[in-house]
Amino acid sequence: MSNDSVEARIPSGGKKIVLAGNPNVGKSVFFNALTRLYVDVSNYPGTTLDMACGRFGSDVVIDTPGVYGFSSLNKEEVIARDIILEADVVVNIVDAVHLERDLFLTLQLIDMGMPMVVALNMVDDAAREGLKVRSYLLEKLLGVPVVPTVAVSGRGIEELKRKIYFARPGHVESFTREKLSQIHPPAGRREALLILEGDPVISKRSGMRPGTERDALYRVRRERVNQIAARVINNTGRGTSFATRLGRWMLLPATGFPLLVLVLWGIYEIVGVFFAQFVIDHTLGLMEGHYEPAVRSLIDVFILPRSVAGTILTGRFGLLTLTVTYMFGLLLPLVLGIFLVVSVLEDSGYLPRIATLVDRVLIGFGLNGQAIIPLILGFGCVTMSLITTRMLGTQRERRIATFLLVLGIPCSAQTAIVTAVLVGMDPAYAFLYLLFICSMLVIAGTFLGRFLPGWTSPLLIELPPLRLPRPKNVLKKTWFKSWNFVREAFPIFAGGMLLLSVLEVSGLLDGIRSFLIPVTVNWLHLPPEMADVFIMGFIRKEFGAAFILNVPMLALQKFVALVTLTLTVPCIASTMIVFKERGWWEGLLIWFSVYGLAFFAGGVLTRLMEAFNAAGFLRLLALSTVVVFFLAAALIVFRLLMPDKKAV
Amino acid sequence: MTLDQVRKGQVVRITGMPNEMFRVHAIRFGISEGSVVICRQIVPAGPVVVSWNKQEIAIGRSLARIISVEPY
Repeated sequence: MSNDSVEARIPSGGKKIVLAGNPNVGKSVFFNALTRLYVDVSNYPGTTLDMACGRFGSDVVIDTPGVYGFSSLNKEEVIARDIILEADVVVNIVDAVHLERDLFLTLQLIDMGMPMVVALNMVDDAAREGLKVRSYLLEKLLGVPVVPTVAVSGRGIEELKRKIYFARPGHVESFTREKLSQIHPPAGRREALLILEGDPVISKRSGMRPGTERDALYRVRRERVNQIAARVINNTGRGTSFATRLGRWMLLPATGFPLLVLVLWGIYEIVGVFFAQFVIDHTLGLMEGHYEPAVRSLIDVFILPRSVAGTILTGRFGLLTLTVTYMFGLLLPLVLGIFLVVSVLEDSGYLPRIATLVDRVLIGFGLNGQAIIPLILGFGCVTMSLITTRMLGTQRERRIATFLLVLGIPCSAQTAIVTAVLVGMDPAYAFLYLLFICSMLVIAGTFLGRFLPGWTSPLLIELPPLRLPRPKNVLKKTWFKSWNFVREAFPIFAGGMLLLSVLEVSGLLDGIRSFLIPVTVNWLHLPPEMADVFIMGFIRKEFGAAFILNVPMLALQKFVALVTLTLTVPCIASTMIVFKERGWWEGLLIWFSVYGLAFFAGGVLTRLMEAFNAAGFLRLLALSTVVVFFLAAALIVFRLLMPDKKAV
Repeated sequence: MTLDQVRKGQVVRITGMPNEMFRVHAIRFGISEGSVVICRQIVPAGPVVVSWNKQEIAIGRSLARIISVEPY
């Protein structure tokens, strides 16, 4: 969303109320409460990457990405800075538990002369940690209204709404005031501070030389924050809580990896067993047993089943039959399950700890631990997580993470279908599938980490306190994500089905099938109908994967088709995001190398599997897989325990 | 002495942060040269977790290696 569209939506005389604060302090909760709209809320830094805006009475509320300060350090800061510079009122949200960190941004806003209100959020968490914050004293020291709140439960929101109209500029410390009086940029006081702090973009915009006072101003500000914090915080001091201890266990390899495995196993039980088997059995049965016959008998009254319209509506790829059945009987329940898990993970604060734990492993792929967050979120939705690669430090890291996401991370809908297909087969295949996809990721990652030019930024991540996710937020988030999925996917899915029907009716489908025979039949040894799967798979991978259930094939062929499909680019939406984030040239390069790699690997796998199968060694292969897994795990643990001085 | 050589539970004062990017980030998080932090955890061969007040950050090994500290 550009600034123009915000401009257009402000009623005349309306004010721009901007929410600003550090990452993960609850800005989005305030946004939801003030505007009654919904944006994502999570317990890790960087959920809001773009701005969101909504109405509050006759005014407009704008949410900004969480930042620790305003300058041009990264994309989020640039976005946040530009919105703040245009604001009429700033609502600065600070985390009562991390006052010393958050007040730094507050003082920067005060130094800019912004009319503002401070929401002192999470006072309940602070109390639990044994901290009491004297909000009246904070108000006096800062010179702006301060409202204690617990946003997630709605406490203090009403008072905040009233206080927004009492926003005023706060007290500026004398050293900063003196410096500010020395320069007078045309744009005004707000820009003056940023120029003094050496912001290159703002300086250029005002036609002035960037200042050199950043270190001095920051030091003065930091000292003042420490003084204020020391005066307003009353530490009643309590011992380390269970959450703190659990947080520590999550970071130690000896306890952290078993915990991670336990969590992943739990996720499998919920998604792979409960949703992918139990729930799906019922929903699919309902759709196929009751919904489809009902629709068919209804449509047959008006349209001949063999006619063109009949084929499109109720034929093999019927818009009213198969499309609806797959969407609501198969995909929706699965996606609900996975988003439920992802929401719990996001809210708990576990993700940054996983990042810290696996940092050492990811360095081998030219990434730092933080990259595990987009990679894990990719299991929810690859398209969405491609956008979160923005939070990685350098272009090189974003490039590698994008490639890995597109190549080998199956998204929620796809994971679920893959699980559903694998469950019906020899367990040996499940192991082989895991081994193959993992090794493709490891090979690609190691290769890219080794040969891609550039450097990798070191890990620097904040560990938020562990929180028990609130069921209300988790359910709300799951619901919104799933609803968005249906809204976005259904038209594309229906369009894809329509395309296939039209191709079938016009006889073009046979043409494409025979055109692809060298790939499907000769190279991958699959039935010619598998062309449909790859066409559908290009539109959305899970739709393609769902077809694998339908085409009669040998187990081995199903397996090869699954692996090849997993390795291809996820869907049209993610293809578009890759182009948008990485540019056309790099996007095309990624797209073609991933497709090439997928089909090449598929063909190699086919020959390998056939050789083993002919010799009756399939089980042996699976057994050796398990052994290889254990060896790899042992190697990783060993590498983690052996300090490697040379590693960068 | 550098931050990667600190033992778990040790309290140290930060004396030097040569990385400009880190210095800017760190001062916002609340640490600057002269700050006193506690080493909470060391992931073997991995990041060092330091905290002050209720704030915790994980610092990658390669970064920890260039941050100089002294026992406090």
